[in-house]
Amino acid sequence: MTPPMDAAEAPVVLTAHGVSKSFGTNTVLTDMELTVRKGETVCLLGPSGSGKSTFLRCLNWLEEPDAGFIVLKGQRIGIRPSGNIVMNDKELAAIRTRIGMVFQHFALWPHLTVLDNVMAAPIHVQRRDRAEVRREAEALLQRVGIADKAGQYPARLSGGQKQRVGIARALAMKPDLLLFDEPTSALDPELVGEVLAVMKDLAREGMTMVVVTHEMAFARDVASRVVFLDQGRIVESGAPEEFFTRPKTDRARQFLLRYSAQ
Amino acid sequence: MNGFAIVWDSRDVLLSGFANTITLSAIAAVVSLVLGTFLAMALMARSKAARIAATLYVDAMRCVPFLLLAYLIYYGLPSFGIRMSNWTSGLIALIVYNVAYMAELLRAAWVNLPKESIEAGHAFGFHGLKLVRRIILPPVFFAAVPMIGNQTIQIIKDSAFLTIIAVAELTQAAMAIQTTYFVPFASFVAAIALYWITCMAIETGVAFVGRVAKARQ
Repeated sequence: MTPPMDAAEAPVVLTAHGVSKSFGTNTVLTDMELTVRKGETVCLLGPSGSGKSTFLRCLNWLEEPDAGFIVLKGQRIGIRPSGNIVMNDKELAAIRTRIGMVFQHFALWPHLTVLDNVMAAPIHVQRRDRAEVRREAEALLQRVGIADKAGQYPARLSGGQKQRVGIARALAMKPDLLLFDEPTSALDPELVGEVLAVMKDLAREGMTMVVVTHEMAFARDVASRVVFLDQGRIVESGAPEEFFTRPKTDRARQFLLRYSAQ
Repeated sequence: MNGFAIVWDSRDVLLSGFANTITLSAIAAVVSLVLGTFLAMALMARSKAARIAATLYVDAMRCVPFLLLAYLIYYGLPSFGIRMSNWTSGLIALIVYNVAYMAELLRAAWVNLPKESIEAGHAFGFHGLKLVRRIILPPVFFAAVPMIGNQTIQIIKDSAFLTIIAVAELTQAAMAIQTTYFVPFASFVAAIALYWITCMAIETGVAFVGRVAKARQ
């Protein structure tokens, strides 16, 4: 286990500068800024429709921002260093292999077994050695506690098991950072814990993560930093103790009140 | 003499017709599924030109009676110097026609695929042909199994039309037996039974593959 580095000294993994996005006349994101350092777990919080999922999807260019740019370890995503020409699919794909993603509805590939889901991208996209990938995939399934399901198809798994496979699949790419898009929102309440436990372990082991979530307890206990969004803008951000006990804005206070009332 | 006994005595004719029907249909089904896959990729392509060309072809085939297409290929193409045997003409007619239907049913399955697993493909660095081959097509085929089965049955029934360009398939054979011995009822019933058995075999196959597919959806 790597000791947590001082956040201010750790190298920057990802930055988002001035990211804006509209769907038609509907402005979803305005001038978003984010810096993620190595080993940080950044939780994006905010009411539904605040733009947090859209922002997350802009980070690996699944959603193309209208303005602003994303930099992953010094390399711009989507736009070529030479200028404003949008990258082709191949260039985008190469960068995306360095960013793992975990989806709200799991998005496993239904025609592949659990093990093949985890092995698919390392073998076919990263073109790594099959035997080595297999060893790593089996170890990852072990780590998320699902090694006994390696030969099953996703349709046979519970939601919590599917999401743990989703996490193993993302880890198998050895990404620079992991994006989580509401990873527990589609789960039955009794299955949420098993997924959060895996995420908590990852955070503790120093994985760099950006997590969109409604799990306030998780954000409070695990996040190195929380970023609170409302109506497509960052309203406040800071250490979780600070945010949860002494929110600076009315908007954040209202938001937290609604959650504590539940 | 009993009609069925006469048909039994001429079983060589009937069975060789049956063999032709099976061979023609099997080749046509496999080739039109393979070509239909490429046509479906064109129907779903990002390029507008590819989409328009593919759509025009599919629409054209869906509006042409199969009988006319078979006539066109067998009687029409020789005026352009393209001369083929009855058998080859018949096979090409079956393929040209059914490629469009295979493509269309694959397109329908493709459109109905859950968006998220394709998106996950993008997020994990799959793109272009690799995305189509590894992430999109397998679930498309699994979802389309029943429709592919139906279309194969349709191909077998369409192949009966090839009797009009004198392909020695099952219907032609039944016709030959009935005109020689004048046993229409027995020879046609025998042919129908063979068609029926074939369709049952396909449906059994579809049910089997369907069970395999269901676990993977």
